[in-house]
Amino acid sequence: MAKFTLKINGASQSVDVEDDTPLLWVLRDHLNLVGTKFSCGIAQCGACTVHVNGTATFSCVTPISSVGNAEVTTIEGLSKEGDHPVQKAWEEVDVAQCGYCQSGQIMTAAAFLEQNPSPTLEEIDNAMNRNICRCGTYHKIREAVAVAAKSK
Amino acid sequence: MKTQIGASRRDFLKIAGTTAGGLVIGFNWFSCDSPKMEVLSIEQVLAQAKSFNSFLSISPAGDVVIYSPNPELGQNIKTSFPMVVAEELEADWEKVRVVQANLDPERYERQLTGGSGAMPHSWERLRKAGATAKFLLVAAAAQTWKVPATEITVSKGMISHEGSGKKGHFGEFVAVATTLTAPEEVTLKDKKDFTIIGTPVKNVDAKDIYTGKPMYGLDFQREGMQYAMIQRAPFGMKLGSVDDSAARAVAGVTNVVTFGSSVAVVGTSTWPLLKAKKLLKINYEADGVVESTTDHDRLFTELLASGKAEEKRKDGNVAAAFKTAAKIVTAEYQCPFLAHSPMEPENFFAHVQGDKVELVGPTQTPDRARQETAALLGIPPENVSVAITRLGGGFGRRLRADYVVEAVEVSRAINAPVKVTWSREDELTGGAYRPAVRYRFEAALDASGTLVGYKLRGVGMNAGNTTREANFPSGAVDNVLIETIEHASSITTNAWRAPITNFLAYAEQSFLDEVALAAGKDPVDFRLELLNRAKTNPVGELGYDVDRMIGVVKMAKEKSNWGKNPSVKQGFSVYFSHKSYVAQVADIEVAGGVPTLKKITAVTDCGLVVNPTGANHQVRGGIVDGMGHAMYTNLTFEAGVPKQRNFDTYRLIRLKEVPEIETHFVDSGFDPTGLGEPALPPTGGAIANAIFAATGRRLRSQPFIEQKEFSDIQLQIKRA
Repeated sequence: MAKFTLKINGASQSVDVEDDTPLLWVLRDHLNLVGTKFSCGIAQCGACTVHVNGTATFSCVTPISSVGNAEVTTIEGLSKEGDHPVQKAWEEVDVAQCGYCQSGQIMTAAAFLEQNPSPTLEEIDNAMNRNICRCGTYHKIREAVAVAAKSK
Repeated sequence: MKTQIGASRRDFLKIAGTTAGGLVIGFNWFSCDSPKMEVLSIEQVLAQAKSFNSFLSISPAGDVVIYSPNPELGQNIKTSFPMVVAEELEADWEKVRVVQANLDPERYERQLTGGSGAMPHSWERLRKAGATAKFLLVAAAAQTWKVPATEITVSKGMISHEGSGKKGHFGEFVAVATTLTAPEEVTLKDKKDFTIIGTPVKNVDAKDIYTGKPMYGLDFQREGMQYAMIQRAPFGMKLGSVDDSAARAVAGVTNVVTFGSSVAVVGTSTWPLLKAKKLLKINYEADGVVESTTDHDRLFTELLASGKAEEKRKDGNVAAAFKTAAKIVTAEYQCPFLAHSPMEPENFFAHVQGDKVELVGPTQTPDRARQETAALLGIPPENVSVAITRLGGGFGRRLRADYVVEAVEVSRAINAPVKVTWSREDELTGGAYRPAVRYRFEAALDASGTLVGYKLRGVGMNAGNTTREANFPSGAVDNVLIETIEHASSITTNAWRAPITNFLAYAEQSFLDEVALAAGKDPVDFRLELLNRAKTNPVGELGYDVDRMIGVVKMAKEKSNWGKNPSVKQGFSVYFSHKSYVAQVADIEVAGGVPTLKKITAVTDCGLVVNPTGANHQVRGGIVDGMGHAMYTNLTFEAGVPKQRNFDTYRLIRLKEVPEIETHFVDSGFDPTGLGEPALPPTGGAIANAIFAATGRRLRSQPFIEQKEFSDIQLQIKRA
C-alpha cells in the first residue's frame, strides 16, 4: 500500500491503496465518487471516462501511480449545479435511456468541445465513437453534442 | 367513460405514513448530498403527504408523489407511468415527484419489467388511481365550499368553483379527501382531452443521471460492507479442487469462500478482487456434456434432419401442397448465442441476518429475487426485503435471480453485508444467453405465384418453442406445418430482448423476401396479398390483428417512398410482437459499386403513444440493438467457455455505425401497448433484404460481417 494525494474536482484527496489501483476504483470505492462507471475495465466502452488535465481518459486503465499532480475532473465536478453546457444539452435533448453510460458520454463530449468548440457532424461522430451506449441512444448523443456546441 | 373500481384491491391500499414506499427512504444508504436546488427534499414532502392509494400521495403544500412500482431499466416507465396517473388526477406536472417503489406484493401486481407488458397491464389501473384521487379531492372541496361537486372543475392541480369564485390547490383538500370513502366507479377522461399523455415529457431522473448521482445497484455502498467477485465453472463442468493461496495473499482480500461450483473472493474493495480472481488455481471436472460451437453446428444439422420434432401448428395438407407445387423454395437460417451485456454488469447487495435478508440492487423481477432467496434459506418470503435501484440496462438478463442468490450465499458464508460485482468477463462468460437457433423454411408456390404451402422447423439450444406458430404468415396460407425441436444444452439460456422473435423475425422476413422473388412479386405487394387473404378468409387461429398489420405495412410503403427511387435499393420487413406492430424499410444507396446504408424508416402501431420522446427512444434503440447484433456480434464456445470475453472481441454497435432512423406512429385508437421490444425484431430482415436488393447477396446467418457472402461487400453506413 502507498499513500497518494490527488487533485480531484479542485480538491486535494488522499488515499492509501496499491499503486496499480486504477483511478476508476479509487474514485468509486475509496472516494465515493460513483458517477464514474465501471463497465468493461479494458478501455473499450468509455463508461469510466474522466478528464485528466482536461483530456478525456479511460480511468479503468489509468493506474493511480501515473496520475501524479494532474487535475482530475469527474462528472461530479464538471459543474457545481449540473449546468455545464453539455449537461444542459443532454437534458434539453433528453438523451438517456438507462443512463448508465451517460456520465462517460458527457465527459467525452465536454473534453472534445473544449478542444473543438465548433465541430462538424463528422467530427462529432469521430469523437463520440469511443463510447458505447447499449441502449442505442446514439442519435440523441449526436444531437446533444451539436446543441452543446451551439450554446457555448 | 365510466369504469368500475375494484379490479384490484391492491391498487387502492393506502400507504400508511412514510414507512412504505420507495428507495427514497433509503437515500441515506447512499452517502450523497441531497440535491440543493429542491425547496423541500422528497423525504420532507413524504413526511407530510397523505396517501390516496398505492400509487399516489399528496402533501398539504400540493406536492404530488407518484410511486412507480416497476423496475426502470431505460424503458422510461418511471416517467410514463406517473404521466398516466397525473393525467387523470389533473395534476400540475411541475409539482409531481416520482418515487421508485420497493418490492411490495401487498400493494402492486406484476412488479416486474419484461415482455413489454407493463403499460398494457397497468394502463387502466393507473388511470383509475388518478381519477379516484381527483374524485375525492373534488368531493372534499364540495363539502368544504358547500357547493355541488358537479359544478367543480380541476386543472393543473387547482380546484375551482366558478359560481362562487372559490379556488384552491390540491393540498388544501388532502386532509378531508383522505377521510372520504373511494367511489365504486369513476369517470375517466376522454382521450381527446389529454394534456400530459401524448406530450414529450422528459425523463424524471435526468438531472441525477447527468450529474452522476448514485442511483444504480453498482453505486450502492453500506458501512461495513464487503465486496466480492465470483469465479464460476465452465458450462458442463463442476468444481474439483481450489488452490486459493495466491489469491488470499493479495492485499485487500479478506476471504475466499466456495459454494456449489463457485469460488468467491471477498475483500475491502473491488480492485484487489479483480487481481485475486485471476490468481485462483481451480481444477474443474466434467459434469455433463462440454460443448463447443462446432458441436452446436453438427447438432443443428442432425436434429433438423431427425424425426424428433414437436408439431406446433398444422393447417390443411402440407404434403399434397408441396407435391403439386409449381415451385419450391427452401432455405436455412442460423443465429448464434448472445450475451445481454447491459452496460452495468450484474451486481447485488445482500445482508443475511438470522432469518431476515435485505437485498438492494438492479433486478427486473424483484419478487423472483425474494422467492429464490427465501427458498435457498428456508425462510418466509416476507422476511426478504428488496429495494429496486435504477438498472443500467437489462435486456432480459435481470429477469433471472441467479446473481441475487449468489450474493445471498456469500453474505451467509461470511456473515456480513456484501456487494457481489461481476466483471465484464464474468458477464460474457457467465451464461443465461440468447439461445442459438437454426431454422429451415420451405415454401410451395403454385403456377400463379401464390404461396400455397409453408413449412418451418426450428431447432434451438435450450430455446423452448423456437417458433411463434400463430404469427404471420400463419392464417394467410392454406397448408402450414410448424415444428420445433429442443436440444438440452449445458449452456444456460434466458429471455433476451424480444425472446425468439429477435431472430425468428429476421429469418422469416428474409425468407419471405426469397419467396416473393421466386414468385416474381414485389416484396411489399406479396405481403399485402397474404395479409388480404388472412383478412378475408383466414386459415386457423391468428395471433395478430390483420388490419393493424396491414396498417403499418401500407404506411411504411408510403413513408419510405418504396420503390420510387431507382438509385435506392430497399429492404422491407414487418413483425408483430408483444402486442405491437412494426414495419421497417432499410435504404441502401449504391454509388460507384459501393453500397451505403443510409436510412431505416420505421412505422409503429403501439396504440396510443403515451410519451412521444420515450416512444422514439424505444423504436430507435430497438433498431440500433437489432442492427448491431445482426451485423456484428457473436458468441462462440470452445470446451464450454465463450471465446469472446470482453468488448474488444464481443463487438457492440457504435455511434458511427448507425444510419438515420425515421420514425412514424399509427394513430390506431387502441390503448397503449408496450414498446421495449417490438421495434427490434424487424430490423435484421429489413437490412438483410436491402443488402440483397443492392448486391444480390443473401445473408442467412448472423452476424453478417462474419459471413462469406458479406466479406467483399464493404457496406458503408452513413447518416443522411
